[in-house]
Amino acid sequence: MNVYGIKAIYLFEMARTWRTLMQSIASPVLSTSLYFIVFGSAIGSRMAHIDGVSYGAFIVPGLIMLSLLTESISNASFGIYMPKFTGTIYEILSAPISAIETVIGYVGAAATKSVIIGTIILVTARLFVDFSIEHPVWMIAFLVLTSVTFSLFGFIIGVWADSFQKLQVIPLMIVTPLAFLGGSFYSISMLPPFWQKVALFNPVVYLVSGFRWSFYGVADVDVGISLGMTFLFMLICLAAIWWIFRTGYKIKA
Amino acid sequence: MKPLDHSRMPDSFGASNPIISVSGLSKTYASGFQALRKVDLEIRRGEIFALLGPNGAGKTTLISIICGIVNPSTGTVTADGHDIIRDYRPARTKIGLVPQELTTDAFESVWATVNFSRGLFGKPANPAYVEKILKDLSLWEKKNTKIMALSGGMKRRVMIAKALSHEPKILFLDEPTAGVDVELRRDMWNMVRGLRESGVTIILTTHYIEEAEEMADRIGVINKGEIILVEDKHVLMQKLGKKQLTLHLQNPLADLPADLRSEHLHLSADGADLIYTFDTQSDETGIATLLRRLNEHGIHFKDLRTSESSLEDIFVSLVRGRS
Repeated sequence: MNVYGIKAIYLFEMARTWRTLMQSIASPVLSTSLYFIVFGSAIGSRMAHIDGVSYGAFIVPGLIMLSLLTESISNASFGIYMPKFTGTIYEILSAPISAIETVIGYVGAAATKSVIIGTIILVTARLFVDFSIEHPVWMIAFLVLTSVTFSLFGFIIGVWADSFQKLQVIPLMIVTPLAFLGGSFYSISMLPPFWQKVALFNPVVYLVSGFRWSFYGVADVDVGISLGMTFLFMLICLAAIWWIFRTGYKIKA
Repeated sequence: MKPLDHSRMPDSFGASNPIISVSGLSKTYASGFQALRKVDLEIRRGEIFALLGPNGAGKTTLISIICGIVNPSTGTVTADGHDIIRDYRPARTKIGLVPQELTTDAFESVWATVNFSRGLFGKPANPAYVEKILKDLSLWEKKNTKIMALSGGMKRRVMIAKALSHEPKILFLDEPTAGVDVELRRDMWNMVRGLRESGVTIILTTHYIEEAEEMADRIGVINKGEIILVEDKHVLMQKLGKKQLTLHLQNPLADLPADLRSEHLHLSADGADLIYTFDTQSDETGIATLLRRLNEHGIHFKDLRTSESSLEDIFVSLVRGRS
């Protein structure tokens, strides 16, 4: 096990986070604040409680999830795309470090950043609305699990992308719509029956629902299913990464 | 007399126990381009080996496979006895690579990037050692400078520092002095010699034949994915080198006397010089006969000089001959 190698990649990636502190942390805080002002205060005051939770508090878990997904994907995909783009990946490829160790370094750093951002948003949200966390351990578990899973997904996108445009296209065209339609701002029980069924094909529904359950003890779908679906998605990502390194797909000629 | 083939002679230098052994190595890229065709090559412990070849000959592909950046299609490579695929960890720990392109991070400091490389190759931090490398490469004053603020020559030094950060036994230098000024080139040659003295085996590819001529113990020539020759540098120059004798005449000639005409003898355009080309390997150079016959014709010269063909001439004739 090349522990020094994992540490080198992890610290390199974290250094990138600290260097870009403003855009890494200030921008999610700003956008979350805006969401709370618009959805929480302006619209939320006219909305009824959902499942016994005020609308402002109801959207907190969904907003954190939204940021976790986008930040995990963008940070992890950028982390592996840049060495490919500049050519510095030669050093990773020529180093005595295994595929798993490389992934632990990159994905670990991306997930760490996401957890930090999620925590900051949580604290920021507390300034706007009052909420409680019923199952804090589960809340942290979902936070970490989601960060890791979507950082793995981001890593795959970073390997797949061979242009900056491709790097943006999946987060923009697929993840953001899925996140918005995944019940971040509403309960899927508010949808017409047909669309409720459709929503169940959206993986983000399970994440948001499970995460919200850890806050308020209410969920759209059973928390066990939420957990299972998150793990399933993680396994799919791990399998894809295993295949990438085995074949050298887009990394090794 | 046939010249001795030093490349096949076992010696205490470790010809029987090569540090790198390449056998039957082929590479066909997904595009269908065959970059290497059944390459066999052995690098001896502690030598400086220069790999020469025109653009697209397969130099970089060969190095990239040995270093783990490109997958081979067929064939095997061992580095210090370790298979580069099965035992990639011990194999790669021994190898340092300075690639051809100046591929560096931009925002990292020199100090951070060299320490990153050391960690990546599985070595615990050793600030004293990294400090020594940076000082040896005249980078110490720049240690806190971001890489993007460095000149091209300085970036090249940073890449060498990165490659040396984990104390490799084998160093690959892919076109180390391409686009580098004379001073840095001298520095680099001195550094390479110093490394060899400390026991590091060095494999360099180059376009500059003077570099191979200056530095290498042995020379391999690669063309169109095939190693066409591997030879001790001195033997190669002796074996393939041509010598020329130039006679500066007292009175310019309009034309050569008919009985002196041969493919070995030429008259310069102004008629003032006679140029005789001979093979250093043949027992009879023909110089004595030539001088005697010139004398018979009453052709006198006031000066003479000889010159040997450079490695560059040898190289060009080799590559041309095969293409």
